[in-house]
Amino acid sequence: MINWVSDLLFWIVFSAILYSLRRQRIFWTVGALGLLLLFNQFFTPGFFHIQLLDGHLYGSRIDVLNQGAKVMLLSLGMVLVIATGGVDLSVGAVMAISAAVSSRLLVTEHQPAGVAIAAALVICVVAGAWNGLLVAGFGIQPIIATLVLMVAGRGVAQLITEGQIINFLDPTMVYLGNGHLFGLPFTLTLVVVMLVLTLFLVRRTALGLFIESVGDNYEASRYSGINARQVKFLVYTFSGLCAGLAGLVACSNIKSADANNIGLYLELDAILAVVVGGTSLQGGRFYLVGAVVGALFIQTLTTTLYARNVSSDVSPVPKALVIIGVCLFQSDLFRTRMVQLFRPLGTVLKQISGRIPHKVLTAPRHDSPKP
Amino acid sequence: MTRLNPKYIPLLATAVVLILVFATGSVLYPNFGTPRVIVNLLGDNAFVGIAAVGESFVILSGGIDLSVGSMVAFIGILIASLLQGGCDPFLAMSIALGLGSLAGAVMGCLIYFFEMPPFLVTLAGLFCLRGLGFVIHPESIAIDHPFYAEVLPQLSVLVAPKAVLPFTAMCFLGCVIAGTLVAGFTRFGRNVYAIGSSESSARLMGTPIGRTKICTYALAGFFAAGGGIVSTFYMQSGNPASFVGLELDAIASVVIGGTLLTGGVGFVPGTLMGVLILGLIQTMITFNGTLNSWWTKIFIGGLLLVFIVLQRLIARR
Repeated sequence: MINWVSDLLFWIVFSAILYSLRRQRIFWTVGALGLLLLFNQFFTPGFFHIQLLDGHLYGSRIDVLNQGAKVMLLSLGMVLVIATGGVDLSVGAVMAISAAVSSRLLVTEHQPAGVAIAAALVICVVAGAWNGLLVAGFGIQPIIATLVLMVAGRGVAQLITEGQIINFLDPTMVYLGNGHLFGLPFTLTLVVVMLVLTLFLVRRTALGLFIESVGDNYEASRYSGINARQVKFLVYTFSGLCAGLAGLVACSNIKSADANNIGLYLELDAILAVVVGGTSLQGGRFYLVGAVVGALFIQTLTTTLYARNVSSDVSPVPKALVIIGVCLFQSDLFRTRMVQLFRPLGTVLKQISGRIPHKVLTAPRHDSPKP
Repeated sequence: MTRLNPKYIPLLATAVVLILVFATGSVLYPNFGTPRVIVNLLGDNAFVGIAAVGESFVILSGGIDLSVGSMVAFIGILIASLLQGGCDPFLAMSIALGLGSLAGAVMGCLIYFFEMPPFLVTLAGLFCLRGLGFVIHPESIAIDHPFYAEVLPQLSVLVAPKAVLPFTAMCFLGCVIAGTLVAGFTRFGRNVYAIGSSESSARLMGTPIGRTKICTYALAGFFAAGGGIVSTFYMQSGNPASFVGLELDAIASVVIGGTLLTGGVGFVPGTLMGVLILGLIQTMITFNGTLNSWWTKIFIGGLLLVFIVLQRLIARR
């Protein structure tokens, strides 16, 4: 009974949010998430079950928020990079570096957790700055410039951990990925803080406008006095920071640093999240909240597939199909093509309706007042 | 003395690096500079190389194909399970090549008709094919068909004392030659270069953009499927979980081979040299014995960087 009420409440709030976004670009993303959740409401038993244990909330939807945190963090940095017309392929490898540095300092060098976390973040910012230097300084294509760190970064991470999987039990580090705050996973707080911070930076200062203009037209924005190089450098550095945070969360989740597997393929998930969130890979307009919702959508999809006992090996197939579908529906070209395709159907319907006697279509309804 | 055409400089640089790497290996390690190492290099990297030839076409056209690694694994498990079901090996290979081209063509259609970014579409292809491989069979299947056990070993050729050129290496070299001919001497090849240089100019010249683009991705699928077939020769099995990240090796080989990722500039033989350089680095690390395998990644990353900066300098002039 309680569950029934809470579900109803959830849907009322969700519909209200969706309605308020009806004129926004992220309507499609939130709508897709809604459809997925609606499917789960009816066809995946236990997905909407939620319970309070030791003052912490547990349930599939909470799991989605917790597990999706890594990609949400990554997508914050990625969306800004993509807005400038670039892409950052190295975030997965940077995550591995962050995990390797922090756990090596913690375990092998016996440093306090604060030092380990700070050092990991600083190194990831440096890694991001390296990408920024290649792209903004040398003018190298972003895909290749970040491919260098993507290939070499995992090797560097292996070098730092000396090929070992480092396990740790430090309470601060473990709290980062497994702790609870206000009954919700701490990772959620981390994501919200980062999101608000980024939103403030790009929407309350001119930075967001600069990023969009650099992505729209690099030369024009340079001529209008924007330091386009600096903007590009900054977004890659920020992406490095986000990847560093995501790496800390990822290694904290499993209480160990595995340089081979941490963040593997997550760069792809992050790019997908940004695209599903409505930002074009061409650059220009970007949707920060959209990217986070996109990350949630991808995680919900993954969790749904697991909840429906689809093996983790096979799950990429439906995932890929759904994502291509969402991207197709976002493209204006696809929608126009579809309208063109179905226009003949519309004219046929019109012709048919033209043959139906006029009286039938305009017949008085029963409740209409009698003359 | 005629001046060297600047478009050959990256190719020349690749050749110099290849010779330098090989010379370094020969000086450092005894038995490195032997024909045997060379034939093994060709044989061991055949499936990566064949996939990289297809990747070269896509990159020359200004696109990118991330799905080749999954395609190689998918075709491998497809052939293994078809043979297990008693299918004729040649029929199985034809089915594999057909399906590979079809998958490539579908991705090409999505890219052309809906103007979706190649990066995204082939990424979906990567996930899709990887998953489909597991749908066919979730685990590795060994191939014990008589064709694999008896006919294939006889197809290798003794090229020098103690150096047997395996059949996989011959397939690889054949694909490189075919790729070079298609890219350099056919109308399709010229169209690919034209689209890669500037799509809008190519359209104004009347180049058939759609047909060429779709054919390019179909060709990449065809070569990746060929790589999958050769991988079954090499591994004598099919495994849906194998070759993760092969697309990166293929792209790295193409870039190290002197092809610009912006499209329009590059040569298929460069890709052959790129594959050989990556293979040589791996061989050197194996010969050394004390260096860990992750040094390979760092070396490849460093080489990529050097080549990218070099290309940038050439492009600036």
